[in-house]
Amino acid sequence: MRQTRFARNIWLGIENLLLHKLRSFLTMLGVVFGVGSVVAMLSVGEGASKEALEQIRKLGSNNIIVSSVKSAEEEALSTTHSHMSIYGLLYEDHRRIAESFGHVKQTAPAKIMRKDSRLGEKEMELRVVGTIPQWFELVPREVVAGRVLLPLDVAQKTPVAVLTVHGARKILAGENTIGQTIRIGGDQFEVIGIVKSESGEAQAGNIQIQIPDQDVDVYIPIEVARRYFGDIFTKRTSSGDEREKVELHQIIVEVDEDERVEAEAAGIERMLQQFHKKKDYTVSVPLALRKQAEATKRRFNIVLGSIAGISLLVGGIGIMNIMLASVTERTREIGIRRAIGAKRRQIVYQFLIETTVLSTTGGIIGLGMGALIPFLITYFSGMITVMTWKGILLPLSISVTIGILFGLYPAMHAAKVDPIVALRHE
Amino acid sequence: MLSQGPSNNNQDIVKLEEAQKIYQMGMQEVKALAGITVSFKRGSFWAIMGPSGSGKSTMMNILGCLDRLSSGRYFLEGQDVSTLGDDSLSELRLKHLGFIFQSFNLIPQLTVQRNIELPLYYLGWDSTRSAQRAEELAGEVGLGDRVRHRPTELSGGEMQRVAIARALANDPQILFADEPTGNLDSTTGEQILELLVKLNEQGKTIIMVTHESTIADYAGNRLHMLDGRIDRIERDSNEAN
Repeated sequence: MRQTRFARNIWLGIENLLLHKLRSFLTMLGVVFGVGSVVAMLSVGEGASKEALEQIRKLGSNNIIVSSVKSAEEEALSTTHSHMSIYGLLYEDHRRIAESFGHVKQTAPAKIMRKDSRLGEKEMELRVVGTIPQWFELVPREVVAGRVLLPLDVAQKTPVAVLTVHGARKILAGENTIGQTIRIGGDQFEVIGIVKSESGEAQAGNIQIQIPDQDVDVYIPIEVARRYFGDIFTKRTSSGDEREKVELHQIIVEVDEDERVEAEAAGIERMLQQFHKKKDYTVSVPLALRKQAEATKRRFNIVLGSIAGISLLVGGIGIMNIMLASVTERTREIGIRRAIGAKRRQIVYQFLIETTVLSTTGGIIGLGMGALIPFLITYFSGMITVMTWKGILLPLSISVTIGILFGLYPAMHAAKVDPIVALRHE
Repeated sequence: MLSQGPSNNNQDIVKLEEAQKIYQMGMQEVKALAGITVSFKRGSFWAIMGPSGSGKSTMMNILGCLDRLSSGRYFLEGQDVSTLGDDSLSELRLKHLGFIFQSFNLIPQLTVQRNIELPLYYLGWDSTRSAQRAEELAGEVGLGDRVRHRPTELSGGEMQRVAIARALANDPQILFADEPTGNLDSTTGEQILELLVKLNEQGKTIIMVTHESTIADYAGNRLHMLDGRIDRIERDSNEAN
């Protein structure tokens, strides 16, 4: 009963607003734009967060990725013939990281090189990753067939290889995959498993982090890589062969708590600084992407938030202004209602409902408009936008609040109308 | 009986005791009502008369619980209402009083039916029941076929009939009529007055403000006011005192 009465009051409010369609529409425009901006703001922000989370998931949220890089001096020297660059992370670095940091849960060293691989007639260049079983926990990818590396493979230096789906499709081409023998470089490897892979790089703002795996990867036990291929690599470049000695190309480190990630990263960096004369390594923290994404989100929120705030304020004032005019126009009606026996608060209620219906309708239209803006942003800039329930309910509740807030003054004004004066009002 | 006091004579539907209404006009005090003591019997038909500025409008506002006395007491159906707050007065108007005005005072954007339903809306009636009652009342005042029209589509006489139907919706004890024929031609005015007489015969107490004696003649009792005081009272000879 109470419910139907409330619905009836709202309907009466709608009826009254429909008497002046154009006026009502113009009055709610401010709220329309305000709510539209809020919706757009929230969905862009949400999209940025979601993208960052997705990237962090690929990188491992609690991971620190330490990579070897050729320092600038080394780069300059390497143009001279017959020079061998020696740089990068050492086996010893891996041991220190694994042993001397309290919050390091597990680590995976990787020795990475490019080798031509073949199976019968088919040939392709693979990125050979010599690593240990932990790799598959730090870079978790779905195992499509077979198994990943086991500690035994590393200990016994078995020549086994785990291919990616992409690699398997190219080189094995649908032939019965597991158990095939492929040739990597000059050596035979038994294919024991196939995993999915990610590739590319994660980016947020000015931070870029290479995703640790690639589509063209093949994973072999690190000891096998070391024994078969050694630490010295020859790169063929336009100016001739270039020789490099690198022990480890990458060390992936997992930290046990995410609040510790940055401190441990800083610790690892300090430690490496001590043992390396040149800066031939980088330390990247995927978690920083999230911070960056949040900074982007904040920037968006400030810009769109102020647009939204101003339009909502202007919209609210617009509504208040029109409602005040409407109260004056309807003084006589108010007087009649009061004479008949309406209490002051019933008059307040009536006008509040009208303003709230007005602002909420504006909010709903704004919602429709606001849903269109993120769509256009995605279409034109490729930026991911996400509409959430929060992104719908927040703007709606804002518009209801605007109605109540800015409707209150005109409504109180209406309630103050003296019925005796109002009835004589022409 | 004694404990009920003199004011609780249930014959008197309204009773004023030393009623004063004083307006502050700048530095000057204006006594719109300068100490009036009078009582009207239940079921009577009164015309309050007097030239403009005599205080007859103030008198009606006070009796109609639209305004409050500056001093003195007002008993409505034996209850002292002179100290009641705004909400209680609204409640009284809603449940016990009905109003008809010179300028009809219908709400233009509402249909005839909605206008008649207005008091019922505030009384909290549901829409089906109010619609039924509104149609009944419209029939009673002879406008059964006009409920879907808007006031602007009606003639003056029809509008006043709607106003009467609205005033009757809450089945009031007292019907106030402020110059009910002021905006009507004489024939239509007569019809309206006859309707009021009929309502009075059905038992409604009617208090009508007018400055025309031909109209006041329809009322059994006449109260003449001058300068905020009672000038003279003509009571219905048929009424037992």
